[in-house]
Amino acid sequence: MEMNEYLDVFIEESKEHIQALNDHLLTLEKNPEDVSIVNEIFRSAHTLKGMSATMGYQDLADLTHKMENVLDAIRNNKVKLTEKMLDIIFQAVDALEAMVLDIIDGGQGKKDVKQLVNQLEAMENGESVETTPPSTSDSLEKNLEIDFMLDDFELTVLQQSKERGYKNYQVTVTLQETCLLKAARVYMVFEILEKMGEVIKSSPTVPELEEEKFDYSFTVVLVTKDSKEDVQAKINKVSEIDTVEVKELAVRAYDQDDQNVPESIESEDASVTEIEPSESSDQEKAKKKAQLSSKTIRVNIDRLDALMNLFEELVIDRGRLEQISTTLKNNELQETVEHMSRISGDLQNIILKMRMVPVDQVFNRFPRMVRQLAKDLNKDIDLQIFGAETELDRTVIDEIGDPLVHLIRNALDHGIETPSLRESKGKSPQGTLKLNAYHSGNHVFIEISDDGAGIDREKVLKKAIGNGVLTLEESKHYSDQQVFQLIMASGFSTADEISDISGRGVGLDVVKNTIESLGGSMTIDSKYNEGSTFVIQLPLTLSIISVMLTEVKNEKYAIPLSSIIETAIVNKKDILSAHHQPVIDFRGRVVPLVSLTDVFDVPGDADEDDFHSVVIIRQGEKMAGLIVDSFIGQQEVVLKSLGNYLTDVFAISGATILGDGQVALIVDTDALIK
Amino acid sequence: MATEFLKSIVFELNDEEYALPVELVGAIERIMPITRIPGVPSFVKGVLNLRGVVTPVIDLRDRFKFPIQKETDASRIIIIQHDDKDVGLIVDACYDVIDIPRQSIEPTPETVGSVKIDYINGVAKYNERLLILLNIDEILSDDVLKEFNDEK
Repeated sequence: MEMNEYLDVFIEESKEHIQALNDHLLTLEKNPEDVSIVNEIFRSAHTLKGMSATMGYQDLADLTHKMENVLDAIRNNKVKLTEKMLDIIFQAVDALEAMVLDIIDGGQGKKDVKQLVNQLEAMENGESVETTPPSTSDSLEKNLEIDFMLDDFELTVLQQSKERGYKNYQVTVTLQETCLLKAARVYMVFEILEKMGEVIKSSPTVPELEEEKFDYSFTVVLVTKDSKEDVQAKINKVSEIDTVEVKELAVRAYDQDDQNVPESIESEDASVTEIEPSESSDQEKAKKKAQLSSKTIRVNIDRLDALMNLFEELVIDRGRLEQISTTLKNNELQETVEHMSRISGDLQNIILKMRMVPVDQVFNRFPRMVRQLAKDLNKDIDLQIFGAETELDRTVIDEIGDPLVHLIRNALDHGIETPSLRESKGKSPQGTLKLNAYHSGNHVFIEISDDGAGIDREKVLKKAIGNGVLTLEESKHYSDQQVFQLIMASGFSTADEISDISGRGVGLDVVKNTIESLGGSMTIDSKYNEGSTFVIQLPLTLSIISVMLTEVKNEKYAIPLSSIIETAIVNKKDILSAHHQPVIDFRGRVVPLVSLTDVFDVPGDADEDDFHSVVIIRQGEKMAGLIVDSFIGQQEVVLKSLGNYLTDVFAISGATILGDGQVALIVDTDALIK
Repeated sequence: MATEFLKSIVFELNDEEYALPVELVGAIERIMPITRIPGVPSFVKGVLNLRGVVTPVIDLRDRFKFPIQKETDASRIIIIQHDDKDVGLIVDACYDVIDIPRQSIEPTPETVGSVKIDYINGVAKYNERLLILLNIDEILSDDVLKEFNDEK
């Protein structure tokens, strides 16, 4: 079958729809009355059902189908949304996600969803999963729930019949489980019903009943002049009937609740009219959003990667052309090459932008996660997300998810305290977790801050001393920053108890390593009992960087411009020695010097020049001067990895291909500052 | 029973003939400029630009602790693609592709030349030629690299 072709599309779209489900469910939780959100959810579920059925994933289709039914019921005000129901719907979405993941892994998307399906069915039938409110005779009319929706026409019929003195009943007939010919019994019941009055609607539908597509009970809406008891007695004459339940149907009650009837007399109430405009504007917004999103096309990331690779080749050729044109000194050639450079610069910007995706792609799964975790931990947490539209390179986005999950779990588990503890500390019982992303220079920052317990300096130091990492004496001189660095060391956890969520000591160090492998860094800021902030700094893109190309003997090394402060020529006699370490006085600061010739064991004769070319680099607060032989110049280069064979080369972060086709190594400046 | 063949590429190293399964080989290149990498074992000659891909190169002579020799016109770089790793191997010369009958492959004798047993899967006699079958996993294993890093 050619299904494979569509599988990718299916997976991509399913993921999107599941995400949409999650998002909208969360919004719905906050505004349970908003029908427009239910509609959105319904639409996603419906599309998902259609897609999975087409692809032959039956379980997926079944579950979505049941979900759709429930949503439909909610949408038509048949059943009232409760928190319990939301939980089950959330679980159903989780199951859907698991199935889709299974499909991604090459499975069949099979999963035992019977329990969920049953729960959903129960919900759909209005058997409120919690307890049905006891029906006192007085409240009976209002609380009465029927198992199917009535459309406007049917409602009108019921209304009119009532006005003419007919009675509307909801009749639920349950057949005996031993009943053999169910369809025949149904037929007999219907015959009796038709004699008494008119059947307006039945659930399941009449064709379904005829095909015996029901368990043992069915419900009909009957319009008749007979009394309740009469109806019951007459139906009971049919044999093999277990029970017959006849309830009076209150059309008025429906009318009020039904939002499809826009102007019932009661809604002239001032408070209602106030709500209405905001509702409609929300709907408009939703519409606008839908229009906006349709202006994009879906492109496989592989194609973008291919485009990027081709462009990288072009950048290399561009470098070569620039080199040739400078040597040839032909005016026309130089002009053309310059023009081409400019155009390819623009092209580079566009291609890089194409690979940028909003960080929302990672953030969007957090509300759901935080909700669940907060429930599990019995904490009350308000998650605030800012800057979700901030864009990052796709490759970074793919990698940043896990570290962020880890940090958020940490914040929820160790950071934010339980409501009672918070109150005793004089804080609001609801904890706040802020997620903030923003651009700054060539970097993107992601901040995760909580207003929880903060980092207990003493506890960390005690633990560190206990682990033999440092002595009591040393600990007294540790700055707060140094203390925070400690918790990022491997095997370090200050949680008193190990929980499912975090605290096993494998954690922050992994987060730190992942972020560093992406060319980023992480800093911690914390105040005891006031909260902590984790700041992650990431490069905008991983593939093209600006470097300063330098020559050391016959070898060329590229130093990333982002870590260079400036370059300098230093006279040999200005070099001082501090404990056998050559240093220079650089703008009033003592900066240690590192000779790249020595670090990289570059072969060749010793340099006898009186002047050194020095590149001043920095990492955080620390600085160092790298001695090179000469500067070649600034260049945009394509960052390439050394491959999977050489994974851990000291002080080399990658390589790049120069204009002449030679490979130059890129210096990892962070490794040189210790 | 039909004879099974092992299609292998045969190359020369220190006057002996070695074989590697042909499906591992991505390309065979003449010697090209190689950029030295600091801080790696000496058998890692450096990296080269293989049509835009930065590829590490291993000098097999050095790897097998044979006497080092300057590359000649006959020297070749065999580009191996194995386990997501792209690596070039410098060999003295590269000849042809041979179908080695599987039953002619014998387990490694206790010592073959001075090569450590680990690198060798077996020996095959083929038309009066002795072919040494190499184990690519061992050659590319990162244990050696790790050892080197640990020593530092």
